[in-house]
Amino acid sequence: MDLSPLVLSFEVAFAATLVATVLGLGIAAALAKGRVPGGDLFDGVITAPMVLPPTVLGYYVLVGFGRRSAIGRLFEAVTGTSIVFTLTGAILAATIGALPLVVMASRAALEGVDPTLVRAARTLGASPLRAFLTVELPLSLPGISAGVLLGFARSLGDFGVTLMVAGDIPGKTQTASLAIYDAIQANREEDALLMILVLTVVAVAVLYVARKLSRLPRVL
Amino acid sequence: MSSETLSVRLRKSLPALTVEVTFEVPPGVTILFGPSGAGKSTTLSAIAGIVRPDAGRVALGDVTLYDSERAIDVPAESRRLSLVFQSLALFPHLTARQNVEYGIDRKVAASERTERASRMLERMKVAHVADRRPSTFSGGEAQRVALARAFAREPRVVLLDEAFSAMDRELRYELGREVRAMVDELRIPTLLVTHHRMEARLVGDRAVLIRDGRIEAEGPVRDVVPAPEREQQR
Repeated sequence: MDLSPLVLSFEVAFAATLVATVLGLGIAAALAKGRVPGGDLFDGVITAPMVLPPTVLGYYVLVGFGRRSAIGRLFEAVTGTSIVFTLTGAILAATIGALPLVVMASRAALEGVDPTLVRAARTLGASPLRAFLTVELPLSLPGISAGVLLGFARSLGDFGVTLMVAGDIPGKTQTASLAIYDAIQANREEDALLMILVLTVVAVAVLYVARKLSRLPRVL
Repeated sequence: MSSETLSVRLRKSLPALTVEVTFEVPPGVTILFGPSGAGKSTTLSAIAGIVRPDAGRVALGDVTLYDSERAIDVPAESRRLSLVFQSLALFPHLTARQNVEYGIDRKVAASERTERASRMLERMKVAHVADRRPSTFSGGEAQRVALARAFAREPRVVLLDEAFSAMDRELRYELGREVRAMVDELRIPTLLVTHHRMEARLVGDRAVLIRDGRIEAEGPVRDVVPAPEREQQR
């Protein structure tokens, strides 16, 4: 039984979660502080991947990051490989799925911090950045962690966007969810079962921990 | 040690009222006295730099902290003052000592900061909670830690926003005396917002009476704040 798709899925999910966390935290902080002009519209664009069909998202990624796009050409000039139909494409696809979950959870967590505490930090000599790092961030950590876990679970199982953007290349971009689809189509159910089991167990475990985290008091 | 006067002139339009005040806070304790909704907290926040006035000037001696005409607006973190919030705003994820250390200049060595924080907690009679977090404090302990945090950073100005209002009378007067003693030592301008007459007369040297966003009277505390009849009997 070939478990390399499962390994690839975890690699992609870890990388995508890392990107989504860094990006998502920045976006959430800007939105929470009302620093984004047209914040609600921007918020809508960021969270749209949760409701849009994967084909629509895949189309946008192909247009925005494909080999003929400006970003795609720049990426190819620098790295020598394209974004689409590579591991990078699979990570990009998974990131798009994870980002809204990280942004939504982090924004809610940051907005839940008593603004008086931030003002207190400022009057005590803290720059806005130090106040964010030493007061807002630690107090939001349970909520942010829950969002990151949800993002990880989501990116572990991406199917549609990955298929459109990264393809289904065994050993290169074939993640577990794609391999499961192929196996079932080819009546090789036994090849799919272990991957199905692992994805299910990981998803339930992650959601369970995320739920526990989101119920934690802000201060441990 | 600074012994300069804080001069305040500011205007700030709020949805329900326009605050337009001019007054001075010499070294010692000045009471900002008036009914709730008179603009006391807004005035304090503007001095601290966490609310931007529409116009005016705030200066400590010849150091300008805010001047709308000269487009000077020193950020809150650089004003070197302390504001004790009505809610105290102790950081819930930090111990008492870490709360106090938080405000001490970071150019001071870490060991010296810890030492200074411990000394101030001792002085405020809350050394026993140094390693505990605020959720475990009694009301009085929380007030004392907040005062320790305010004074440990060697501020040039101290602002207290109804800092003792939630306390019973005994504790209020006791904390008032602590503040009085600290201010006498440091000789810094201190502005205490309260609407308790007894507390005002006990702690203050001078008073500024504010009502509906305007200054109605200013002078020695006993001239401005009437003797409390009902409060004394309570």
